[in-house]
Amino acid sequence: MGTLKAMSASNSIPLHKLVEGLSPTRLRRTLRLGWRSLWLHRLRSLLTVLGIVFGVCSVIAMLAIGEGASYEAQEQIKNLGSQNIILRSTKPPEEQKPTDKGSQSSVLQYGITYPDVHRIRSTIPGVSVVLPARNIREYVWHISRRVDCEVVGTVPWYPEMRNHQVAQGRFFSDADMQERRSVCVLGAEMVPSLFPMESPLGKHVRVAGNYYQVIGVMEPSSRVGKTEEPQESGRTILNRMFIPLETAKLRYGEVLMRRRSGSFEAERVQLHEVTIKVSSLENVPGVADAVRTVLERNHKKKDYEIVVPLELLKRAERTKQIFNIVLGSIAAISLLVGGIGIMNIMLASVTERTREIGIRRALGARRHDIISQFLVETVLLSGVGGVLGVLLGIAIPFIVTYAAGMKTIVTLWAPLLAFTISAMVGVIFGIYPAFRAASMDPVEALRHE
Amino acid sequence: MADPILQFRNVQKTYQMGEVRVHALRGITFDIFPGDYISIMGPSGCGKSTLLNVLGCLDRPTSGNYLLGGEDVSGMDDDALSAVRGSRLGFVFQSYNLIQQLTVLENIEIPLYYQGKPEDETRERARVLATKVGLADRLDHKPFELSGGQQQRVAIARALVNDPLLILADEPTGNLDSVSGVEILRLFDELNSQGKTLIIVTHDTTVSLRASRSIRLRDGNIESDVRQ
Ligand SMILES: Nc1ncnc2c1ncn2[C@@H]1O[C@H](COP(=O)(O)OP(=O)(O)OP(=O)(O)O)[C@@H](O)[C@H]1O
Ligand SMILES: [Mg+2]
Repeated sequence: MGTLKAMSASNSIPLHKLVEGLSPTRLRRTLRLGWRSLWLHRLRSLLTVLGIVFGVCSVIAMLAIGEGASYEAQEQIKNLGSQNIILRSTKPPEEQKPTDKGSQSSVLQYGITYPDVHRIRSTIPGVSVVLPARNIREYVWHISRRVDCEVVGTVPWYPEMRNHQVAQGRFFSDADMQERRSVCVLGAEMVPSLFPMESPLGKHVRVAGNYYQVIGVMEPSSRVGKTEEPQESGRTILNRMFIPLETAKLRYGEVLMRRRSGSFEAERVQLHEVTIKVSSLENVPGVADAVRTVLERNHKKKDYEIVVPLELLKRAERTKQIFNIVLGSIAAISLLVGGIGIMNIMLASVTERTREIGIRRALGARRHDIISQFLVETVLLSGVGGVLGVLLGIAIPFIVTYAAGMKTIVTLWAPLLAFTISAMVGVIFGIYPAFRAASMDPVEALRHE
Repeated sequence: MADPILQFRNVQKTYQMGEVRVHALRGITFDIFPGDYISIMGPSGCGKSTLLNVLGCLDRPTSGNYLLGGEDVSGMDDDALSAVRGSRLGFVFQSYNLIQQLTVLENIEIPLYYQGKPEDETRERARVLATKVGLADRLDHKPFELSGGQQQRVAIARALVNDPLLILADEPTGNLDSVSGVEILRLFDELNSQGKTLIIVTHDTTVSLRASRSIRLRDGNIESDVRQ
């Protein structure tokens, strides 16, 4: 019944009349009076607005946190190089048992081999460079200072391929490699512990009784990267020191003795990590499949893993899309709930102010005057809620960044979108109560207690 | 005698209550002239409030014609009727009917606000009228801070603010004690002496004695219409 009445009222009021009722001078006065009515019921207005405040604020805060997280993840993946494919040696699932009966029975043999690298380079087209690396867990000493470190034996083009540049000095050269020189490049993270007072360049560090001259220091690698690259020991190693691959072979031979929770263990691992650079981005998926096939054919056990940053990047983007859809739905629902709250209160307010409506109608208010009065009130409610929500929503990511150290990004469009939607919620959920107010019969309204 | 400002021609008002038809007005015909001071009396349920609602363009007659200031208002649409109420009529109610969240001044200017008059003009006019009804020192008070008699004076100022053809009052002294009731009636006398046309619905014979014309209703018909 009420709805029908409201609908017939809505049909009889042309839009231009509503707009005329909202001319600037008129609007300012209507706004002021609307504010006064809301102020009369401060607590009620505040509680009504909270729905919108939390809706808007959670949208902005969640978007900012999500945006920050996915930005960090994508940066991390990009640092691996989107044109790269990374192979890592991993201990096979049935570990501890010697796999190769022909070799020493106490030596565990697994992982990527030099023949693997050779096969990949010679049989798969589109592979431009291959970067092998041997990782050896050692203590690095400088005089009496000691650092737990991963010694990486690798090739001179490592910095270029892994997007990890030298900050001071230089990386080792082909000549260093061929002559198996005892030179090293330190990771930025270990420098303060080893050389707190001085520049490490030109100094010597000691690893397992051998001295290496420091010729360079790398840039700090991104924080997330370190925690995400799993190490064989199950722990994460912050510190990395780079030496020429040939030097590493000379020093360590083929069999490695590994410290592992106090005891020692012999392992034969030829290469710990191989980075394959694909000549162009489009070839990455094809080359990745080919590499998988080659490795599957030559390894009985799954003693390696393949990381394709491009695939990770695509997956991260898909995850972000799904996240945004979920977020959008949550936002829509919370604003809907906020809107229903506003509508509920406005309907109660219309009933409560029936008498006032009657008085205004008797004193010359036309239906669209009543409509604009109530619409202005709902829009004020949701607008104030929107502004508070935006402020809170911008503040929360800062607090999260400060307190939890998470990266957050507040994009410009998030507050704009949230605010626009909240204002629209005000209009949409205000229309019905406003029309209901306007459709009241003046005589009935005046008689209302 | 001057031209009538208001003409009722066989005005009927019928309410359909399910099966039953209630004839609240059964064909009223009369004219009202400028400066008339009319009291409308009659037993409860005889149609006084209904008549006043039709006179005040709050309700449309079921049949018959109603000319206000020469214009036939009986067929007007809702917006036009609102405009007529806002510009040509003034209302005074038994229960004052002030808007609680507005000040005295703002209550008085409401009719002008809905006519779209600029704010400084309406402010000034409201101030003049508040002074006229003796509330110059209460301009920024809220209704609940005023006595009943003072509230009714605000309502009268509000009824005057648009300089109406006609002021309609339904039991204006019904909620007041005798002293403030008399004050309000004096105000009406004064307004009438200044040429305002007043119609007052009342149960109180002392009110009707002040009026210059007394209409008695019975069962939806005019029983008597006497000038004194
Ligand atoms: N909205 C309505 N619907 C149905 N009947 C109505 C309506 N309004 C008034 N009536 C009927 O019309 C008749 C006249 O009512 P009205 O209110 O005009 O009386 P009144 O003279 O003002 O009475 P009182 O002195 O008690 O105020 C009554 O019988 C009443 O029941
Ligand atoms: Mg009555």
